[in-house]
Amino acid sequence: MIETFNAGLALLVLALAIWTVVARDTFAAVVGFVAYGMLLTLVWVQLHGVDVALTEGAIGGGLTGAMLIAAAARLRCTEGAARAERPGVATRLAAALVAACVTAALAVAVLALPEPAPTLANETAANMAATGVGNPITGVLLAFRAMDTLLEAIVVLFAMIGVWSLAPDRAWGGRPGPLHRADPDGILAYLARVLPPIGIIVAVYIFWIGADLPGGKFQGASILAAMWLLAVMAGLTDAPPVSRTWLRVALVAGPVVFIAIGAAGVATAGAFLAYPDGLAKPLIKVIEWALLPSLAVTLALILAGAPERPAR
Amino acid sequence: MTDAATLFGLCAAALVGLGVYALIVNPQPLRKILAFNVVGNGVFVLFGAVAHRGAALGFGGDPVPQALLITGIVVAFSATALAVALLLRLFDETGAATLASDAPPKSHADAGEA
Repeated sequence: MIETFNAGLALLVLALAIWTVVARDTFAAVVGFVAYGMLLTLVWVQLHGVDVALTEGAIGGGLTGAMLIAAAARLRCTEGAARAERPGVATRLAAALVAACVTAALAVAVLALPEPAPTLANETAANMAATGVGNPITGVLLAFRAMDTLLEAIVVLFAMIGVWSLAPDRAWGGRPGPLHRADPDGILAYLARVLPPIGIIVAVYIFWIGADLPGGKFQGASILAAMWLLAVMAGLTDAPPVSRTWLRVALVAGPVVFIAIGAAGVATAGAFLAYPDGLAKPLIKVIEWALLPSLAVTLALILAGAPERPAR
Repeated sequence: MTDAATLFGLCAAALVGLGVYALIVNPQPLRKILAFNVVGNGVFVLFGAVAHRGAALGFGGDPVPQALLITGIVVAFSATALAVALLLRLFDETGAATLASDAPPKSHADAGEA
């Protein structure tokens, strides 16, 4: 039964991926991509990666999808000009050949994976007690591979700085993105009033249980960012000017706390990002609490885009 | 158990191929960004299938690659966001969204279609 489900799921994912490649209209392709992202979350559940499924649903499908839909809508008028640029049959055949070779090489690699599979599950399980957290993914993210997570938080911040740096000079320091207006009695404004309280509770819950069950700060922060963007798109609130000091503080607070705790580890535990015995869980909690608001604000501002309007 | 890993591993191989094809043949930058994401998804699912094969001790998969996947998805989002922002700025500056080196000037872009 489950084999049939998996086979159907794989076929649907591939069909939607083909749709995003061949659809003539970019907007239609992007909508297909969002549906495909949602199906990928089911693939992650079938691969027993519930934490990954939550991340894929919130960030991979949700935030990326929203961003691409907005961009496709804005670029709609360029569709006609782009059709004339379609490459000829020879290029397409060559591309198909290259793609087929890549797929074939990967398929051979998949079928030739070593048996038994190498795994770090044993080492992780043996050392989980030292971290004090129950979710092995959180243990890996914030204890065993904390450096990756620190750099990831900084990459997100750098991406936002990159987006901001694309602002035209006249708009620098101003409000990001276009001004959104929506019918105050319409369905968008209605949802923007009804959904955020529910979304905030879901986000905090996913964040809170992340220490012991699937969930965590990235998933929670994405949902918080989505709720804020919903209110912005419905015209209920406006994005803050990027020159605000409180905004800058909120953006860097999480990474700064993370780096400070990591640096303290040099003195107290003998290595950068090492935690003293017995303090691992409280320190992990502090890092997570500090990162959640910073990530939520950073993700929301990435979605809001480059500053386009003067502050006032 | 191994079946799901092999099935989705092969599915991931096909996704990477599809993405590579789309990356080459679709002239529009936004479609290339979309294709880049399909390639990324394929790589992630392949990695996830490998992680699933490492299931042991009651874990559904090897937690180390699964945690790295979360990092990977967030970094892919960051790269996509930067690419989209670059594209929108290009569009604002030139009125066209094309990678062709002999890009038409603003007047040539059929901006009236929207």
